[in-house]
Amino acid sequence: MPDLNLTIEPVMATLFGGVFALLLVASSIGFVLSKRVTSEGGIATVANLNQRIKAWWLMIAIFAVAFVFGKGVTVVLFALTSFFVLREFLSITPTRAEDHTATIAAFYLFIPLQYWLIYSDWQSLFSILIPVWAFLLLPLLAVLKGETTDFLARSAKIQWGMMLGVYCISHAPALLLLDIPGYSDNFLLLFFLITVVQLSDVLQYVFGKLFGKHKVAPRVSPAKTWEGLIGGGFSAAAIGAALFWITPFAPWEAALLALTIVLAGFAGGLVLSAVKRSLGAKDWGTMIEGHGGALDRMDSVSFSAPVFFHLVNYFFVL
Amino acid sequence: MIAKLVGEALFAAARFLVGGQARWRGCEPATTQRIYFANHASHMDTIIMCGALPGYLRTTTHPVAAADYWGSGPVQRFVALKVLNAVLVERGGAKDPLAPLREVLEQGESLIIFPEGTRRAESLPGAFKAGLYHLAKDFPEAELVPVYLTNLARAYPKGAILPAPISSAAHFGAPIQLEDSEDKAAFLARAQASIIALSGEELPGENA
Repeated sequence: MPDLNLTIEPVMATLFGGVFALLLVASSIGFVLSKRVTSEGGIATVANLNQRIKAWWLMIAIFAVAFVFGKGVTVVLFALTSFFVLREFLSITPTRAEDHTATIAAFYLFIPLQYWLIYSDWQSLFSILIPVWAFLLLPLLAVLKGETTDFLARSAKIQWGMMLGVYCISHAPALLLLDIPGYSDNFLLLFFLITVVQLSDVLQYVFGKLFGKHKVAPRVSPAKTWEGLIGGGFSAAAIGAALFWITPFAPWEAALLALTIVLAGFAGGLVLSAVKRSLGAKDWGTMIEGHGGALDRMDSVSFSAPVFFHLVNYFFVL
Repeated sequence: MIAKLVGEALFAAARFLVGGQARWRGCEPATTQRIYFANHASHMDTIIMCGALPGYLRTTTHPVAAADYWGSGPVQRFVALKVLNAVLVERGGAKDPLAPLREVLEQGESLIIFPEGTRRAESLPGAFKAGLYHLAKDFPEAELVPVYLTNLARAYPKGAILPAPISSAAHFGAPIQLEDSEDKAAFLARAQASIIALSGEELPGENA
């Protein structure tokens, strides 16, 4: 269903109005803080906060464009996201020159194919393209070069990048191809997922900065605290529950799903932080000012999108 | 005019695909005469090196490029000579291959050279050929700036048709000089080590 209607539906207008208002409040708070805070550490924190808010405006603007222009543009934007995430992942994950053909196939064959399958509603192949076909083809392309040094590690690195950056993230736009009886606003499901997962990130950060004392995993991710997780996580879940009216879920179902999204997102942040540290890096890249790289923002999405997709697919699709 | 537009398009495409930001670690961009010497892994190296320099240095900084590749067709020739301001050299020819390089240096302009003479599949540079030593000896006033190019062996290795989108960066180190008592082998080994040292300073995550 290629739809190119450029009208903004009233629900969508309300939702984006809400997000807009929220960011306006955040920007005002950031501005006031930048005038008030004088301690050295405080200034750095506020500067980082303001950079994050600025990047948020940009991301929301991109999202608004996607929602207005429909499925095609949304799919292309997520494909680009996967492109940048995979690029970041492979850039700091050492492979060898002999992996070039496999890398080329990953970027130029499997990313477009995976997102084309979403666009063309081919759900069965979408589900197995990367876990089966890429999994088998990519090491074959590498082995043809005849280099066995670190072969298992190199193949695993590329497959991990594909799974996280392409397969997992593509489950967010794949929400558009779910056939839910009596419900056709699948864009709102995508809005629900992204809003809950990103608000959870922001609120965990804010609660962590304000009340954070007890670290969840000091060696893996020193910034994650129990206070941040519980305060930010429950707030995000509550906002998700309050958004039940845009979803096919009952309020309690929306609350449970939002909580699941929060927990999966937290798990994604934790696991990718460990991957990052095992590579000796702090941020995945420098693409987004104040946010590190694209993968620093998408780590939670890469875990929560497939979990949310499959729960909805199992319980709500006939 | 066309050359300038092609250049901007080329540098933009290279930035989108393989990044290639400059990291000035041991020196700052300057108009003083310099010989930048870098490790060599791909045909993109020349484009990345030119793109990493600020625009005002590009017209007076000439990459040295192999004539058998960059002079092989009208497109390559146009890009090499008009866009990148390259100096083409014949490899393995009978003539003195350094003659066109000396000409550039005699005019007070700068060079980008790849002293290994050929592309390697490894991320660290191999043994240097003698060219850098002869130039250093004949032009002692030129600053010799080591440059470490990251990831290009993976992004666009020898024999590949398409570059892969793996981010690279150009790390510019502190200039070195030929010492009075230093012989050829010792100098070339030290020059090679100065690039390897830059690879050691490189932190994962900073090359994106």
